[in-house]
Amino acid sequence: MKQTPKPPGLHLHGLTLRYEGRPLFEGLALRVPAGRCVALLGASGVGKTSLLRIAAGLETPDAGVVEADDGQALAPRIAWMGQQDLLYPWARALENVTLGSRLRGQRPDHARAMALLEAVGLAGRERALPKELSGGMRQRVALARTLYEDRPVVLMDEPFSALDAITRAQMQTLAATLLAGRTMLLITHDPLEACRLGHSLHVMAGQPARLGPAITVPGTPPRAPDDEALLHTQAELLRALLAGQGA
Amino acid sequence: MSRVLRPLGTCVGLLALWWALARFANIPAFLLPGPGAVAQTLVSQWGFLARNALVTLLEIALGLGLGTLFGAGCALVMVASRGVQRWLLPLLLLSQAVPVFALAPLLVLWLGFGLASKVLMAVLVIFFPVTAAFYDGLRRTEPGWLDLARTMGASRLAILWRVRLMAALPAFGAGLRIAASVAPIGAIIGEWAGASEGLGYVMLNANARMQTDVMFAALVLLAAMTILLWVGVDMLLKKLLHWAPDS
Repeated sequence: MKQTPKPPGLHLHGLTLRYEGRPLFEGLALRVPAGRCVALLGASGVGKTSLLRIAAGLETPDAGVVEADDGQALAPRIAWMGQQDLLYPWARALENVTLGSRLRGQRPDHARAMALLEAVGLAGRERALPKELSGGMRQRVALARTLYEDRPVVLMDEPFSALDAITRAQMQTLAATLLAGRTMLLITHDPLEACRLGHSLHVMAGQPARLGPAITVPGTPPRAPDDEALLHTQAELLRALLAGQGA
Repeated sequence: MSRVLRPLGTCVGLLALWWALARFANIPAFLLPGPGAVAQTLVSQWGFLARNALVTLLEIALGLGLGTLFGAGCALVMVASRGVQRWLLPLLLLSQAVPVFALAPLLVLWLGFGLASKVLMAVLVIFFPVTAAFYDGLRRTEPGWLDLARTMGASRLAILWRVRLMAALPAFGAGLRIAASVAPIGAIIGEWAGASEGLGYVMLNANARMQTDVMFAALVLLAAMTILLWVGVDMLLKKLLHWAPDS
């Protein structure tokens, strides 16, 4: 497989977004170091998804910028994983993996897509339609699609929240292994997921929302769910989240 | 099994009711001929009836084909350009405010007694359900699918062609099913307003001569044609939309 281009760091400065006149966040800043995964936690409705959508170029902030630390354009170097698998129901697994090529009018690289399907454990299912696949399998296809794009920056919006606990744990391990080395911003409401996948974590809370100080978990992702340091950090996180809720 | 048996049971029940009414309710045969008499007429005048049925079938098929093309084109153009949509949508609504029945004599006057006026009538009846359903489908694409395509760098045209159009096909199918069931109305009205052949012409003539059995025979043929057309369209759509989660 070809080498993924060297990942840039991701810088968000002075981001302000208002929703119906009310600021969701104001002057928000965040740095994701190159090749690292930063997890952002917070209650629903706090503006996590909006923040990620701004980073993905899907939404325009009222103020602030999102840029790569090497000064080059960011948009063509981003891959985005949404809350659902977002597989196109009319396309077979292989066609969903090569979606980006087909949308850009490029020739799909079937050999690479087949290798990626094999890497996510779906060898032999390339002809399957999304409706013939389980939730976990569909999310594996979505991961293969993200990998096929081969972008150095990956933005993930609670990508595994719709899965059952076991499938979610498997997908976290698979994603962390296959996406290692890329610059990742992960949005989640699951402290365990943040602790397993993030090099560092921030809690987003308040109105307008602010980012708490970086919390680092010892060890390299994907960490084992029963790792002692992880369990300790998870407890700390939960406390921070509850404090953010005013509980 | 019950998918075949149930409609068959309904047909037999209706036939029995019809037979009982004609046999026991003292209704004269020139008002309500029994199923036996109508079947006899169907056999004895088969050549004449079949020749006229073919004419009507051709009108319906051409009307359905052209109406669908025109309706789908209108919907696509309206979604592609907001400017066109602003002009075209009120025009389309206006076209439905004029009763199509009232236009029939005018169309016959302009286009003559031949095929063209009937095909145009059928087109007028068909295109609106197709346009409305397809347009609605095109506008209601799952937002996540569009976001994904945008982050992958797809052009507006690629998104319309490869995402919105595909996603709208089930809605288009729903419109087409309605169109297939109302298409014969257009052709028959056209024939009533002025024609020299076709089932509508046969019915009008038979009515004037009190040949109620011939009228009923033509009606039976028309109903059979409509049902076969609907079943054909339905089977085709099921085959084309096999990927849809609810098919």
